Amino acid sequence: MSVGAPKIPVVVAEVVAVNDLIKRFRFVRRDGGAMPVFSGGAHVVVEMDDHGTRRMNPYSLMSHPADSAGFEISVRRDEAGRGGSLYMHNHVRVGMEMVLSQPVNLFPLDARAKKHLLIAGGIGITPFVAQMAQLQAMGGRFELHYSVRSPALGAYVDRLRDHYGPRVHVYHDEFGEKIDLATLLKSQPLGTHVYVCGPKGMIAWVHATARAMGWPDRAVHSEEFLAPPVGQAFEVQLAASGKSITVQPNQSLLEAIEAAGIEAPYLCRGGACGQCETDVLRCDGIIEHNDHWLTDDQKASNTKIMPCVSRFRGAALILDR
Amino acid sequence: MTKTEFEPAIPSRPSYGVLSPGIGSAHLFVADGEGADAVCDLLSAADGLKAASHIIYVPGANGCDKSTALQALGVAQFHRSPSFAAALPRLTKVLADAHMGLQIYTAGTEGLMAQVAAAAQAAGLPYEAVQMEHRGSLARRVQCVHCKGVTENVTLDPFQCSHCGLSLFVRDHFSRRLAAFQGVCIDAEDPGQIPASVERFK
Repeated sequence: MSVGAPKIPVVVAEVVAVNDLIKRFRFVRRDGGAMPVFSGGAHVVVEMDDHGTRRMNPYSLMSHPADSAGFEISVRRDEAGRGGSLYMHNHVRVGMEMVLSQPVNLFPLDARAKKHLLIAGGIGITPFVAQMAQLQAMGGRFELHYSVRSPALGAYVDRLRDHYGPRVHVYHDEFGEKIDLATLLKSQPLGTHVYVCGPKGMIAWVHATARAMGWPDRAVHSEEFLAPPVGQAFEVQLAASGKSITVQPNQSLLEAIEAAGIEAPYLCRGGACGQCETDVLRCDGIIEHNDHWLTDDQKASNTKIMPCVSRFRGAALILDR
Repeated sequence: MTKTEFEPAIPSRPSYGVLSPGIGSAHLFVADGEGADAVCDLLSAADGLKAASHIIYVPGANGCDKSTALQALGVAQFHRSPSFAAALPRLTKVLADAHMGLQIYTAGTEGLMAQVAAAAQAAGLPYEAVQMEHRGSLARRVQCVHCKGVTENVTLDPFQCSHCGLSLFVRDHFSRRLAAFQGVCIDAEDPGQIPASVERFK
């Protein structure tokens, strides 16, 4: 059970191959009504019925936040993933009926900032597409630094350059171009906030560099959705429901709980939001904490687990669920 | 931990720490009265910061003036101002010209520190970006919630609003935006029933 308002029944209105790796999908409501307005940085969870397997993946909204006629997401094909992106790429067609969650924003712009410095890597561009549209409408000051593998894989580069001109800076790995982060961070006016969305290494690089240069932590924002990692199958006892379940190698703990017919809270399903936090009653073994939510102390104490991305190895795990 | 002892209060009341050297490209200190001691403590132990340090100092309302000691530190810039109001244009200009990496420290009375934090927030910094250390007087800066006038250096509770004359009970409710505690009419329900003032804030 997701918190908040009911889900949104949609139909796929458009599927566009943006490049070899990325497809864009547009969804409109089945009843023809208006989509909720969202804020730049928000995501929706897309529910997929992948030939009997229920997949629920979060994707950042990249349409204009004020466009209530439909929602757009971009999906990067991940051959090594668990299959959600492949399902979107291979099976989702115009006219198909799907279900979206309400938009949730875990990566909002801080409206108190004097300037917004946006740093994107690859498919991490998507939340910024919506944020830049919002900033443009608000008259906000911003600058995008966007790192892509090659011109062919630089999704939306032309469109962004057309819209925002010199505020868009693109770096191509293929040509050895790299964001000069130290110079960039040093030269920002006081009151700038930096936002980063991209690969794990890029996010860690921006956080570490900003901290070493005296940026306040609260002026550094990031979002990374984790796909639930695969692993060994494991057994879990759910004390509140009186059930024992097996989590399959390719399944997340949250998915296994849901498959057992138990309602568990969730929002992002990617280790970021904290909604699915669950108390651990007994842990004889090692919890593989894969989330960004729990503190290091909480992780070490093994008294909490985030079932959306975390796994277990050992003799017994009992949860208060 | 703070060097000042505070009475137990509601959780939203601001609390303060001890200034410690931050990592950054420049260092701005704003202090009043005994807050100078906190600045001296930090900079005496962090000599390397002095060349990139700027101190703005306001002598305390109680007459405490430690300008000489601050000047003797040998920082890049030292500015003494007769009041915070007189120092604010300078502070605003310094913040407007600064780059990310600037570290901000403030020490002294709560009213001064909160006004510095408010100026930093107006410049786009998060509240947590300003280090604060309380030193000296616990006299309060209080906003009258009725006429909105602010009275500085309130030591008595209740006290008479210096703007509208109402007798105000001084709450622990603190507005970060206004950098002031809230004063509420104490005899609104029973006009004239005003308890004797007590010196609560020294």
